[in-house]
Amino acid sequence: MEFPKSVEDQLKALKEDMKLNKQQYENLLKLAEKQYAKARVVPGEAVGVIAAQSLGEPGTQLTMRTKWLAGAREMTVTQGLPRLIEIFDAKREPTTPAMEIYLKSSHATSESKAEEIALSIVDVKLEDITSEINVDLAKMRVEVYLDKNKVKHYGVTEKYVQNMVKENFKTAKITTGDMMIGIRPKEEEVDLRKLYGFRVKVKETHITGIEGIKQVLPVKVGDVWMIKTAGSNLREVLAMKEVDIENTKTNDVFETFSVLGIEAARTVIVEEALDVLRNQGIEVDPRHLMLLADAMTNTGSIRGIGRYGISGAKSSVLARASFEVPLRHLFNAAMYGESDEISSVIENVMINQPIPVGTGIVKLKIESEAMGKKKTEEAKEEKAEKKEKKEKKD
Amino acid sequence: MMMDEGTFNEVVREKIASIDFGMLSPDMVKKMSVVKIITPELYDADGYPIDSSLMDLKMGVIDPGLRCRTCGAKVRECPGHFGFIELARPVLHIRYVPTIYNILRSTCSTCGRVLVHPNEHAKLLEKISSTNGEVNEKVLAVAAHVINKTKTIRKCPWCESKQDKVKLMKPSIFVESGRKLTPIDVRERLERIPDADLPLIALNARTARPEWMVITLLPVPPVSVRPSITLESGERSEDDLTHKLGDIVRTNQRLFENLSAGAPEVIIEDLWDLLQYHVTTLFSNNVAQVPPARHRSGRPLKTLEERIKGKEGRFRRNLAGKRVNFSARTVISPDSQLRIDQVGVPIKIAKELTIPERVTEWNMAHLRKFVEDGPDKYPSANYVITPDGKRKRVSDETRDVILAELAPGYIIERHLMDGDIVLFNRQPSLHRMSIMAHYVKVLPFKTFRLNLSAVVPYNADFDGDEMNLHVPQTEEARAEAELLLSITQNIVTPRYGLPIIGCSQDHIMGLYLLTKHKEFFSRQDAAELLSRVGIFELPEKPGKTLKDEPYYSGKQIFSMILPEVDYEGSTKTVPKHVCKKEDCQFEDFVKISKGKLVSGLIDSKAIGPEAGKGKLIQAIINRHSMEEAVEFIQKASLLGIATLQKLGFTTLVTDTDLPPEARQEIKDTFDFAEKKVDEVLEESKKGKLKPYPGRTLRETVEFKIIEIINRARNKTGKIAERYIVDENNATMLMARSGARGSAMNIALMAAAVGQVHIRGTRIYRGYNERTLPHFEQGNIKPAARGFIKGSYKTGLNPYEFFFNAITGRDSIMDTSMRTPKSGYLQRRLINAMQDLSVTYDNTVRSASGTIVQFEYGADGIDVSKSDNGKLLIPKEELR
Repeated sequence: MEFPKSVEDQLKALKEDMKLNKQQYENLLKLAEKQYAKARVVPGEAVGVIAAQSLGEPGTQLTMRTKWLAGAREMTVTQGLPRLIEIFDAKREPTTPAMEIYLKSSHATSESKAEEIALSIVDVKLEDITSEINVDLAKMRVEVYLDKNKVKHYGVTEKYVQNMVKENFKTAKITTGDMMIGIRPKEEEVDLRKLYGFRVKVKETHITGIEGIKQVLPVKVGDVWMIKTAGSNLREVLAMKEVDIENTKTNDVFETFSVLGIEAARTVIVEEALDVLRNQGIEVDPRHLMLLADAMTNTGSIRGIGRYGISGAKSSVLARASFEVPLRHLFNAAMYGESDEISSVIENVMINQPIPVGTGIVKLKIESEAMGKKKTEEAKEEKAEKKEKKEKKD
Repeated sequence: MMMDEGTFNEVVREKIASIDFGMLSPDMVKKMSVVKIITPELYDADGYPIDSSLMDLKMGVIDPGLRCRTCGAKVRECPGHFGFIELARPVLHIRYVPTIYNILRSTCSTCGRVLVHPNEHAKLLEKISSTNGEVNEKVLAVAAHVINKTKTIRKCPWCESKQDKVKLMKPSIFVESGRKLTPIDVRERLERIPDADLPLIALNARTARPEWMVITLLPVPPVSVRPSITLESGERSEDDLTHKLGDIVRTNQRLFENLSAGAPEVIIEDLWDLLQYHVTTLFSNNVAQVPPARHRSGRPLKTLEERIKGKEGRFRRNLAGKRVNFSARTVISPDSQLRIDQVGVPIKIAKELTIPERVTEWNMAHLRKFVEDGPDKYPSANYVITPDGKRKRVSDETRDVILAELAPGYIIERHLMDGDIVLFNRQPSLHRMSIMAHYVKVLPFKTFRLNLSAVVPYNADFDGDEMNLHVPQTEEARAEAELLLSITQNIVTPRYGLPIIGCSQDHIMGLYLLTKHKEFFSRQDAAELLSRVGIFELPEKPGKTLKDEPYYSGKQIFSMILPEVDYEGSTKTVPKHVCKKEDCQFEDFVKISKGKLVSGLIDSKAIGPEAGKGKLIQAIINRHSMEEAVEFIQKASLLGIATLQKLGFTTLVTDTDLPPEARQEIKDTFDFAEKKVDEVLEESKKGKLKPYPGRTLRETVEFKIIEIINRARNKTGKIAERYIVDENNATMLMARSGARGSAMNIALMAAAVGQVHIRGTRIYRGYNERTLPHFEQGNIKPAARGFIKGSYKTGLNPYEFFFNAITGRDSIMDTSMRTPKSGYLQRRLINAMQDLSVTYDNTVRSASGTIVQFEYGADGIDVSKSDNGKLLIPKEELR
């Protein structure tokens, strides 16, 4: 018999562990076959509800604390219940996007190399390398004073910065001085308020690094160096030649989806949620998360749970109506002339019929001969009679 | 089906296959109605319902004694019948106003066609021709596009007439170039739209002609939908709906009269507007810019929408959840002498809850006895149901009659008795183990009793918790209860595949002491302990013999309750030293061979009910069965209690006392930490401190301080642990065995409380730049930011006490915010996933048959039938 991969791995590990000889391994396989048959899910099992309960029940034990400082130098990442809700809701962007960047073996061995890469990817804005940014009222322009040390720290030159500024403000009039850049917006009439607004824009001018990577932290994991970041930009990071593409990941589900596809997004959902739960010491079997992630992604796009996601996309009017905002669903159903096939759990509950999961899926068919009482012919006659009646009715 | 017809409740053979939704046409309203309502008065002078009023007997009855004039049935039998009101002038259905607005702007005011060019029109229709007039996503997309594009078209591409801009003046007045469009005008326009164009504006021609959105005939719900109540004073109080309908009838009649009398336009307009208002508020009393209709007392009326909406509405209150009979609720209390799968039911409750038993030739005598005794004696019967479905109360008067007629085919509802199976539940029902089946044990007094081991899955305690009990009424239900819901079937949680039912607290403590106990038990003591578990033999060989008297070790006694099983594991205190296996001096290596405890101590890791624990119980399930495991838990808890009673066990206040040298050590640790913090502050002041990459100096200082004080606190905990080493220190023993408390709790009591946090950071709020007036501004030393050097035992100084109270509040806040949030998350999760189930082809599918997984969890293994998520393999069988 062929086992699923997880079981096969388990058996192989067991073989190693117990030092089984060939005969014993054969016995193990036979035993496993028997046990596997016993351990299988039964048709009808309401695995969805079980998964939902397994994920929801420990929710009361999760902390609400949003920020988490694991050790002094770690990044702050949203944790606990808020993060879990965020994942299940399929929020467009995580509150605290973060990446784990693994490096190719040539760069992963030394701290200095990792740090070098880390510095090169951190998103540097103009304000990060200036000593001050002023508004010159007389000349109606924004003046930027570069900080020599800071400029050097991020490995750029004055010239480079000037070019970046020019590129960013193509229409503006730019004057350069010694470690100073003056930027005057193009518009004929520049009023004060506009100028101050412009100053904010100037501050946030992207100079170097990868946009979106706010913080970097080289960390040693096992015996390799990798980089943890706050902020995420998967596409550009993966394009770097020093990066180990296979292991690098982000906690942003939608970004993963757009860069790597739906299967990768599914994996991120499972791993991120599992991480949150494990971090709080809550044990949940990954199968439950896999099912949820599959339900969220099986259409090819990411749907959250709740009204605007899975629950809102149900085909049954009553099922939607019973969840939230019932009236809208009812009015629309009337206009669209919808029909409810009573195929899911909730509608059957509503009209007091057995639900189509669990023991409710069993439909008993009895061969009339086996009953002993009725002969087949009799049954046929009866059937014909019924048909007749029905026809009359119609 | 060969169900005997007419014996019990009628068997329903038909299944509802589907429910169609649509709008009511005036024809339909007329067709389904039995009476036209014209009279606003409800009752005549005798209090008898007036014909053609809102209480007309044709619409059904609500008073006992009267019969429905339509179907002839009595109160609870007649389902009620609709009536209708013919509106003197049509009014808009408030909830279709936005749709009407869209339609008016998208269709021609003259010819009624949708304002798209005939060529495009054909193209669009072609695009959605496959749907046959049904509205699906494709049609909706097309319609959204059409509606959006046609809004601004000012010339009809069909008849070339000019289109004026239609404006909506909320809530329900349409204006076209300064002229008001009356509902009559609106209805005329809607009528002109041909069926063929309807899909383009997302309407299903079969169920929703647009003109039906303007009401001409108003359906009146049956009286059983809006029953009136009679007050003690004999006065009748009508339902809110009746009140509202009364308003409509009254206004409508006045409008009729004024129309026929040829009253001036102003009066007609006013009455018409009033009618619109009343009909609007009949549908919803929560429409923006419409003042809610109020009851005489000033309370807003609860009209149709309010009846449906929300948690208390029809859907969630009455359709998704229903009231049941044969249930009971009372306070719970513990009873360690009950079996785990039993529930103690107060006799008072047992006499109310009944089980129906059908009389046959063979059980006639047995069941007769219940009637003879009934209903005051226990056990007896409360009701007898005759074959024609009549339910007769057993009483002193009726008893003899019933006994005389009793024959096979009768059903007797007898009291709940020992051994009956019932469902037991505690809310919130967060997982499936919140409802489990127990066997009844009828007991005196007024509380439900349950075994302490059964408390964990319910998350119950005995500080006043109440639980519910339900009695299944059919054989089918009882079979399911026994096979699927029983405690035995649910000791392994599907969340992670380990036992959730195990021994707790006293039980663990007892067994820990028993297996740790150095001294041997005399023959008498051993026999006493074992007899408490129901074992009446002694271990085969005595552990040692003294003066010809046999003595037995604790491990030997424990082994007596073990089934044949092999187990190897460590204790909860994971050994930091190299494991010397059987020779471990701390007895941290637990080994059971062929059902005999060879070495190690039994603690919560082996028999506890939490995550990652209960490994020994799991081993027994692997080797034997759930039944065997329940049996073991049962015996283990009894043995644990017996041991505690034999050996005695007391926690003392002095358990957490530390000697002066330990106190000194702790003080030194804190002094050292403070010195380190000072150094950091000094460095930062001098600008010598190098900030962490990507951090400001301030943050870096903060991190460094946290690092230092955390290290110091952990060290004090270690110191406390080092000094509390007494073998008999009960507090320590409890933490070690996992019975209750942790090393952390001990450190809190003995050593120091340490840093307190609000929202995950040190305390920083309060006054300007300081937390309390005790400190100077800008002080960020540990003490000024919520570091508590005192322990609960030594006591806290005043400002430490404040800090401690602050976290107390913070954690209360956290809990009170978390409970509703996680509750809502759970509701959403369940709602999103409740239809997913495994089908006969082993795929996981949703209600519509969409495949979600080809194999459940990629390997098809049911977690609750697994060993912590892995395939369950009894290793013993390999040898």
